[in-house]
Amino acid sequence: MSEEKKEKKRLDLKRRSMPKQDEHERVKNFDEVALGYPVETAIEEARRCLQCKKPLCNQGCPVGIDIPGFIKFIVEGNFSAAVKRIKETNALPAICGRVCPQEEQCEKMCVLHNKKAPICIGRLERFVADWEAAQGKAEAPAMAAKTGKKVAVVGAGPAGITVANDLALLGHEVTIYEALHECGGVLLYGIPEFRLPKAIVRREVDYVRSLGVKIVTDFVVGKTRTVDKLLEEFDAMFVGSGAGLPWFMEIPGENLNGVFSANEYLTRVNLMRGFRFPEFDTPVKRPSRVAVVGGGNVAMDSARTAVRLGADEVHLVYRRSKAELPARAEEVENAEEEGVIFDLLTLPIGLIGDEHGWLRELECLRMELGEPDASGRRKPIPVKGSNFRVPFEALVMAIGNGPNPLIPMTTPGLTLNKKGGIQTEEATGQTSRPDIWAGGDIVRGAATVISAMGDGRVAAAAIHRYLLGK
Amino acid sequence: MYRIIERRMIVPNLHEFIVEAPAVAESVKPGNFVIVRPDDAGERIPLSVADWDASAGTVTSIFMQVGGSTAKLARLKPGAAVPTFAGPLGKETEIGAFGTVLCVGGCYGIGSIYPIARALKEAGNTVITLLEARSSYLLYWEDKLAAVSDKLIIVTRDGTKGAKGHIDRIPELLQRAGAVPDRVIVNGCTFQLMRTAEITKPLGWKTIVNMNPIMIDGTGMCGVCRLSVAGKMKFACVDGPDFDGHEIDWDEFLARRKTYNPEEVDPLRRSSCRSHF
Repeated sequence: MSEEKKEKKRLDLKRRSMPKQDEHERVKNFDEVALGYPVETAIEEARRCLQCKKPLCNQGCPVGIDIPGFIKFIVEGNFSAAVKRIKETNALPAICGRVCPQEEQCEKMCVLHNKKAPICIGRLERFVADWEAAQGKAEAPAMAAKTGKKVAVVGAGPAGITVANDLALLGHEVTIYEALHECGGVLLYGIPEFRLPKAIVRREVDYVRSLGVKIVTDFVVGKTRTVDKLLEEFDAMFVGSGAGLPWFMEIPGENLNGVFSANEYLTRVNLMRGFRFPEFDTPVKRPSRVAVVGGGNVAMDSARTAVRLGADEVHLVYRRSKAELPARAEEVENAEEEGVIFDLLTLPIGLIGDEHGWLRELECLRMELGEPDASGRRKPIPVKGSNFRVPFEALVMAIGNGPNPLIPMTTPGLTLNKKGGIQTEEATGQTSRPDIWAGGDIVRGAATVISAMGDGRVAAAAIHRYLLGK
Repeated sequence: MYRIIERRMIVPNLHEFIVEAPAVAESVKPGNFVIVRPDDAGERIPLSVADWDASAGTVTSIFMQVGGSTAKLARLKPGAAVPTFAGPLGKETEIGAFGTVLCVGGCYGIGSIYPIARALKEAGNTVITLLEARSSYLLYWEDKLAAVSDKLIIVTRDGTKGAKGHIDRIPELLQRAGAVPDRVIVNGCTFQLMRTAEITKPLGWKTIVNMNPIMIDGTGMCGVCRLSVAGKMKFACVDGPDFDGHEIDWDEFLARRKTYNPEEVDPLRRSSCRSHF
């Protein structure tokens, strides 16, 4: 023990890298790019943790994982205790370990961040979750006695799964209603296989099901049955119906053939497995020159998908500079390694088609950066007369989306926010209706998986209090 | 899984498809559609609803076999099941006391115009139903439609039944019937929707068309079903599928319908039927 302490005092500032599939190989397949830590590397990385008396890292976690706690178990080689500790507050560690923006959250708060060497918390989280899966059997958590209260959860995405998990553990009877034919929401239709294997999503959903949560697929709440009709059978409801209509730029030519929203493009490939067409029936275009408009993670996912579908050239068109790209640094790096060409400081202003309605060219303006705008980022300003055209056969619009309109459209008495989503009280996730809570993209528009899960966690606690008081 | 109660070819290439889906049957309204997946490898395709029986928990559609997915559906037998049958989706067709309403149906739309005509009749309208087909042998449900219509007009391309000719004869046939519609509602193939809207536009007859774009989720997420209506981007799955036919950019819509034609034909060529080679 004293030796270990000494070792820590020396401050190991070498972040252990995680092995990745070779970039020349991985562009030809949809298998996961990052391969995960081997056991020794995980323990080495865990040993770097200073086990702060007053840790800051867990304050950076939207679901408040006991980070030093689970890392300590890794150091001790007690991986099962580590995963158990995480699962006390996070139902989906294998997923969060992969897709959370840790550099903006826990790792940003890590005291070693000042030394530019924060602990790789996400990689360690992923490690223990994968270790547990490899054992073949997840340990059942402690479950509270049945309360006899019934809760309906709308949407089996990250928010809904979190709520269902938490409330099931607290002894409530939970039913999830999912509009699509498979569970996972954006984890399934949005995030590609090479970043988050769908087997993992299925595994996590099965885990939640093992807690006694009922899941009804192909059920579009608001349409198949209204919120009010459902509430006749339930004591409370959580709405996590997720993303809605994709945004376009309102420039000419956006309805040309060959122009896709990122939602459509990724759904064809991920949910519908279009990359395995014709084995699966849903087709996806495989053009040789593809433009992706946007700079977030969804844009990176779309560009990297286009590379894997065999495009010769994939351009990422973004109106600001590299420093302002909202995507995770890791994803930008992956995209660059895979040959995605970054057309920065470039603003699309029109799409030009042929006589049959197919996209042929993209017209753009060059931009330069001016003063910081409301978002704190330097505002891109068009350079006059800098118009130019580039030939493209396909373009993916990845500039975000609004909240799904179905429940707001069909449910009276729900106050909406400026984005057209459901208005909630921040501390509880409660809507303007006393028995309905909401969270995730249906409230925030396009946000992150972990913020949706954070919303779910907060709402579940509030629903629990409400049900006990009922 | 959703059990198939009936799947039979009702006229050449058009199939009647009755599925057990109690939750859908309980909520469906005229003008709605459902999303169906024929099997686990299948596409999600939209089918207009043509009838339902809430007490039996069944929903009826008429579909035309055009591509790989409808070919798969057409091979399913009663007693089998489909893995996905989600709905009812889309806004229902507006039913009001309009006065005289002309309901136009063709192809699969002869089926889906039926519940619309029925609801309009119940709402006290004078319902004139006009069915169009290439030939008499492609007509179906005439008795059902006659029962909910004040007048049933039939037009066939070859004149084997009713008036001979095209949808273009609508104004003349209506005049002969002594009727001026307060509203026209069209269900059918894209060309028929467009043609009807073109014909009624100069006459100033308000014309509602039930659009049939490519869809995936059908719930307002993917955006593939977008179209231009009065110069604005609309999404057929949540803003429609009914729109004012005089406001639609038809050239754009027709082009978008054809996006996956090469891929839709391919699966047919791979089917086990030798005649497809």
